[in-house]
Amino acid sequence: MSVVGTSVARKDGIGKATGAAKYADDLSIPGMLFGRTVRSTIPCGRVKRIRYDFDTTGFTIVDRRDIPLDGRNVVALIEDDQPFLVERDVRHVAEPIVLLAHADREKLLAADVIIEYEVEPPVFDPEASTESLKTLTIDKGHLDAGFAQADVIVEGTYRTGHQEHVYIEPNGVIAVPEDGGIAIFGSIQCPFYVVKALKSLLGPKAHVRVVQTETGGGFGGKEEYPSMIAGHATLLALKAGLPVKIVYDRTEDMIATTKRHPSIVRHRTGVKRDGTLVAMDVEVILDGGAYITLSPVVLSRGCIHAAGPYRCDNVRIRGRAMLTNTPPNGAFRGFGAPQTIFAIEAHMDRIAEALGVDPVTIRERNALVPGDTTATGQRLTADCSALPVLREAVERTDFRRKREALRGTNRGIGLSLFYHGSGFTGSGELRLASKAALELTDHGVRILVSSTEIGQGTRTMHAQIVAETLGIPYEDVDVAQPDTTLVPDSGPTVASRTCMVVGRILQRCAEDLKRRLGDLTPAEYYRAHGPFTIVREHEPPGWIQWDDETYTGDAYATYAWGCDVVEVELDADTCEVRPLHLTAVQEVGKAIHPALARGQIEGGSAQGIGYAIVEHVAMRDGVMANASLTNYTIPTTLDTPAMDIVLLENPYEDGPFGAKGLGELPMDGPAPAVINALRHLGVDLSEIPATPERVMSACGSR
Amino acid sequence: MKSALSQLSFARPRTLEEALTLLRDEPLVPIAGATDLYVGLNFGTLKAQRFLDITRLEELRGISVTGDRLVIGAGTTYTTIMHSASVRAHWPILADAASQVGGVQIQNRGTLGGNVANASPAGDTLPVLAVADAILQLRSAQSQRAVPFNSFYTGYRQTVLRPDELIVSIELPMVEGKQWFRKVGTRAAQAISKLVMAAVRTEAPRIALGSVAPTPLRLRRTEAALAGGSSIEDAIGVLQTEITPIDDLRSSEAYRRAVAGNLLRRFWAS
Repeated sequence: MSVVGTSVARKDGIGKATGAAKYADDLSIPGMLFGRTVRSTIPCGRVKRIRYDFDTTGFTIVDRRDIPLDGRNVVALIEDDQPFLVERDVRHVAEPIVLLAHADREKLLAADVIIEYEVEPPVFDPEASTESLKTLTIDKGHLDAGFAQADVIVEGTYRTGHQEHVYIEPNGVIAVPEDGGIAIFGSIQCPFYVVKALKSLLGPKAHVRVVQTETGGGFGGKEEYPSMIAGHATLLALKAGLPVKIVYDRTEDMIATTKRHPSIVRHRTGVKRDGTLVAMDVEVILDGGAYITLSPVVLSRGCIHAAGPYRCDNVRIRGRAMLTNTPPNGAFRGFGAPQTIFAIEAHMDRIAEALGVDPVTIRERNALVPGDTTATGQRLTADCSALPVLREAVERTDFRRKREALRGTNRGIGLSLFYHGSGFTGSGELRLASKAALELTDHGVRILVSSTEIGQGTRTMHAQIVAETLGIPYEDVDVAQPDTTLVPDSGPTVASRTCMVVGRILQRCAEDLKRRLGDLTPAEYYRAHGPFTIVREHEPPGWIQWDDETYTGDAYATYAWGCDVVEVELDADTCEVRPLHLTAVQEVGKAIHPALARGQIEGGSAQGIGYAIVEHVAMRDGVMANASLTNYTIPTTLDTPAMDIVLLENPYEDGPFGAKGLGELPMDGPAPAVINALRHLGVDLSEIPATPERVMSACGSR
Repeated sequence: MKSALSQLSFARPRTLEEALTLLRDEPLVPIAGATDLYVGLNFGTLKAQRFLDITRLEELRGISVTGDRLVIGAGTTYTTIMHSASVRAHWPILADAASQVGGVQIQNRGTLGGNVANASPAGDTLPVLAVADAILQLRSAQSQRAVPFNSFYTGYRQTVLRPDELIVSIELPMVEGKQWFRKVGTRAAQAISKLVMAAVRTEAPRIALGSVAPTPLRLRRTEAALAGGSSIEDAIGVLQTEITPIDDLRSSEAYRRAVAGNLLRRFWAS
């Protein structure tokens, strides 16, 4: 029997296909009220006066004064700087000020709350901002000595815009008063993050239970924000003494919740005539928005990936995340890496052009191989696959010949080479100390983890790992719904860690359990000995050394590798960029479920194509002006190229069956490949999205 | 859904006569496919509360050829139009336009009369009706009148349609010459037009653009320039004086001007 490596039926497939699966907005609890958030309409200033211009009968009204005495008005995350409700100062449009609840949705929506402000001038340009949320520097070798060896110095500035997650289900939760505290049912990526935030809101001794309901996508957008909306529903529910549901509509979700950080990345690179990189000086600026939230760690991952998958002895990467008066930017698939990889991969094609070599040659010359060290000084081992993915992609697409053949046509072809660190950065996994458990049932085993199924296949993939390890049928493995009072804290469902890290803990649980079972099946053991649960904690490899102060050492336990080739067609009349074909060669250690792995790559590549070409967040006066699915366009099937997905497997020795992280990797490659394909067409663009309007400007200035 | 649905109601007549009587007695907003209406309800921008459901009116549906005219009932859906042999034979660019409206679900519900009545300058079929010199048959309980499509709009989302009138049919006189259509949307499908152009290459060329002015626009002076033997570059210069595009969420004035010129050049070279 071999379950791992087989595309078995999804655990959640039938429920979702038949509509039996219940999402937050499908649930209704007797007595339940609906909640609404009244938000700031200015980007910067102070609240002067709040007036309730409606009949308040039947309404529950909450403001900052309703924070419990034992609690704090702060969404606990990395730093304690973002309030659940405005105290006095407003830092961005759509900041929550007042909460309302009512049994009748129409009365709730009609209620008019008038807020008067004292307005102050906002800052929207991260380069004009004087307040940094985080700075860091990565230093390797001697930059000056490196530049002294250079024959050519190539400089470039690259910009990326906001990106909206567009998970199909907007943010939503239901808060239910329970045991003197609160139970939350909601669309959530990281149930224990919500527990932490609510214990800060209500006081450490408060009863808090968080249950993940079926979740219609996350992409990072339900990593930190659910803590906010859950806090709001909690405050209303506790004041009303009744369950309260808050579900955003698409516009509120787009205006109020997080986006991908916009970036400005400057490269100054010294290179020898033969193409060898000798010095890389990189400056990374992220627009953090109005609160710190996750910006420090997004900046960290972005900077660590900023030198690309290349060997260079002298590297300096300086990063800063700046405060601006927009809603905080946050987690989004790739977490800083898509921005910096866009920059380095667009820059590599400029370097190639400056040297008169092709894009493949410059990458072959410098791609990391086992034994090389990264910018943080991490020495790579046999699971480094930069050259294998590059060679496979180049050969499969006949890249060099095609590039010549397309010259002079309205088609261009470009590639990108990239990598993505699996799991939390540095000592992060050690600090998380994630746990997973297996319990016996009367017909097999049940997985107990807080990892969430958000469409990516968590339940299925975990069940495969357990079934394979125990040598029992896949159907005998159940997966418990994440409920923080019943499952251990497996860490957040982020950072491409759910398979590699949590899957590995489950594998260890299953190995222990198998020894205990002896010759019995789980069901036989259960009947003979009764209930039994095994819990294991993550054991990061002992060799990982990381210094948070100097940003040196082993940034990630392993990396997944990718090379994308994109062919585009440019419409001469309209400057529309049409992606015709995408080849994605991605090395993921081991594809536990090949169909799901391909699905991740297809979906991530489509999201990357959207990021590259059509997804444009129009910010006006600090607020998303095109906050609808009509005006914020994501690719339809007709905007998505034909895809050739190639999975390579070079096992990571400490992953389950060799698996590495895969979820974020496919997001990194398409944007630079598209920009490089445009460059091949003669369009010199260094900013995404490459909208027709921008392409036209670039063509005009040629 | 921002609108209070409990406050909404609609009348559902079975015949056109009944509908027109209802419309005479009370200001009602007609609903056919409701594809634009739902957007307004969702965003809370539609203030109307009483509606007239005209989807049951057989009199408003169907496509026929009468003499030298293609006659399309106002309640005919885009799906019916794009599959109609008559439309494909006589006004193939109307079928093209219908096939590029929204997505399949919108095409199944949305109607040609609705596209006209909604009066958006971005309506995908409207430049086709403009170059067809289409005639709109309007009826009220008391009267019937024929209004040239090119006189129907008086300003941004303003028309000559009276509150007691319904558009019952749209007549497209047949035309000789090569027809040309191009929609430039915000993406390949399910998109609102940044620019939409219809044209007919006859002795006197006909050209119309959408999304470049407060109403769909027939480019009379550009047509005259081309008919009079002007060079295409001079004609593009005239076109630039006829259009008044704006910067909005979907595109920019500069882009719309440049693309309008490029499309005219492409049409003229075709």
